[in-house]
Amino acid sequence: MINPKPATYPTAPLIEPGHTFGSITDKISGVVLGGRTPLSWFIVVSIGFMLMGMLGMAITWLLIKGTGIWGVNIPVGWGFAIINFVWWIGIGHAGTLISAILLLLKQGWRTSINRFAEGMTIFAVMCAGLFPLVHTGRPWLAAYWLFPYPNSMGVWPQFRSPLIWDVFAVSTYFTVSLLFWYVGLIPDLATLRDKAKHPAVKLAYGVFALGWRGSARHWQRYEHVYLLLAGLSTPLVLSVHTVVSFDFAVGIIPGWHATIFPPYFVAGAIYAGFAMVLTLAIPLRKIYGLEDFITMRHLENMGKVTLVTGLIVGYGYVSEAFFGWYSANKYEGFMILNRMTGPYAPYYWALIFCNIITPQLLWLKRVRTSTLGLFMVAMVVNVGMWLERFVIVITSLHRDFLPSSWGMYHATIWDWMTFIGTIGLFVTLFFLFVRFLPMISIFEMRTMAPEAKLKESEGH
Amino acid sequence: MDAAHSLPSAPYGLMAEFDDPGALVSAAKRTYAAGYRRIDAFSPYPVEEAWEAIGQHDRRLSFIVLAGGIAGLLSGIGLQEWVHQLAYPINIAGKPLNSWPQFIPVTFELTILFAALAGVIGMILLNGLPQPYHPVFNVPRFEHASRDKFFLLVESTDPKFDRARTLDFLKGLNPSEVNEVEP
Repeated sequence: MINPKPATYPTAPLIEPGHTFGSITDKISGVVLGGRTPLSWFIVVSIGFMLMGMLGMAITWLLIKGTGIWGVNIPVGWGFAIINFVWWIGIGHAGTLISAILLLLKQGWRTSINRFAEGMTIFAVMCAGLFPLVHTGRPWLAAYWLFPYPNSMGVWPQFRSPLIWDVFAVSTYFTVSLLFWYVGLIPDLATLRDKAKHPAVKLAYGVFALGWRGSARHWQRYEHVYLLLAGLSTPLVLSVHTVVSFDFAVGIIPGWHATIFPPYFVAGAIYAGFAMVLTLAIPLRKIYGLEDFITMRHLENMGKVTLVTGLIVGYGYVSEAFFGWYSANKYEGFMILNRMTGPYAPYYWALIFCNIITPQLLWLKRVRTSTLGLFMVAMVVNVGMWLERFVIVITSLHRDFLPSSWGMYHATIWDWMTFIGTIGLFVTLFFLFVRFLPMISIFEMRTMAPEAKLKESEGH
Repeated sequence: MDAAHSLPSAPYGLMAEFDDPGALVSAAKRTYAAGYRRIDAFSPYPVEEAWEAIGQHDRRLSFIVLAGGIAGLLSGIGLQEWVHQLAYPINIAGKPLNSWPQFIPVTFELTILFAALAGVIGMILLNGLPQPYHPVFNVPRFEHASRDKFFLLVESTDPKFDRARTLDFLKGLNPSEVNEVEP
């Protein structure tokens, strides 16, 4: 029988009780403006900065010597660059999902996590973009292949290629994510401007706040455009990883040429992204004492999304194996068999362990409500999603159609330095953001405060 | 406010301060009902009822975003057709020069890009931003508008504005404070 009253579920609160507009403002802006920077911030940023230095070294040597310093060679002509590109761009997707799709679905719990998840998106896309840029070896010569501009050779890009679609998809994604992030920041920058004591700090935030004054006439247009941006970002984010998957699916390589790729890649992207949001959120709320705003309920919800998208990814693996058999194509069949039993079988089974078996722990409420448990699962998923891209790229290429062109892929030290270096770049950018901008949307958190509820007697 | 008496010229307006959003909304409704039109409400977060109360209803951004999207769509198709049919026609895998299904992804991305840019730039410009100076910031209490207080402004350019009578009217709305805004 249907309950006449909507059921209320006893869930943990989205914001701990006792908070007012003022306390929310002080708590979040205090991370930026007030007091001391925690020691752990300096430790993390120094490590990130060192790794970033390593990235600079790896790229410098690449530009001097050329892509020969990497492990790519025929038959494996695509290696770490595309693996890392797909991994990073996938991580970015959770930020847009949280900021746009959950907004349209009116999921109030997104409010506490959308700002830093959007920041994560932007930094992850920056790390991703680095790989296609440097993999050309001579990026300054690559502009005319990638961007349609009138050049002295009269040559134009080839718009039938998924690689060009990728350029447009990723640069649009980056621009729109940046716009979304900045629009969300404007009212908070005004708060920081009004709260800052030092004139130079006031000026710096004031310039970017554009003179925002919280006028109701402005808020109306602001909310309008924010909703429109969410509506535009939703198909955009789905299109980005779809286009990334076209890089593979449009090719005729066994293991790549599959119609399951677009949805499977999008689910994998959200899966990897939520794992990364958890990886960042759990230490952040601890370091900055933000447990009141990023509550257990947020972490648990993210755990649930991770589990669901993980199951979709698992479905993708199963259907890949099924198509290998059902297609009755001997190259497809060999590819999947080789994946499971060939020289890269340990990678494949590690991937199954990381992406399918480990996340099943999230069925247990005890794991979903334990920060340590969630963090461990998220770390395993981060590794698993990287392995997934490795397996897709490498195992499909290393066994060519002719056994005479079979080979193995060995990443070099420069491959690893570039990859680990981008993690340093990401960490450095992210922690600089946490230090200088509010990592939780202050104005949206105010709407969650109990006083934000309009009292009927006064309002009407 | 004492400083108001020494002001040589007319003030920019009068500003009442409220402690909670409900008080702001009911005050805004009463002010609008009293015939004031050049009014504005200020809040530290979006209060839908507040802009409805002051009669703010601007849907132009929908059309701006639509126009941006159409411009992106046309430039996407136009660019690719021009490149592949006129500027640089080359045979790729025997496909026709007008292989339009393959032009969809770039067209789609440009549609979204132009629409989003039009929306954000449109919002900023329609709001008259960036605006480095605005008289409301002359009220010292106004720094709470980005924190925890709510303000209602009646501009002196409103035909119904009268320094003394409007001040009395605003005081009757139960504000915690009423200030004159220097121009």
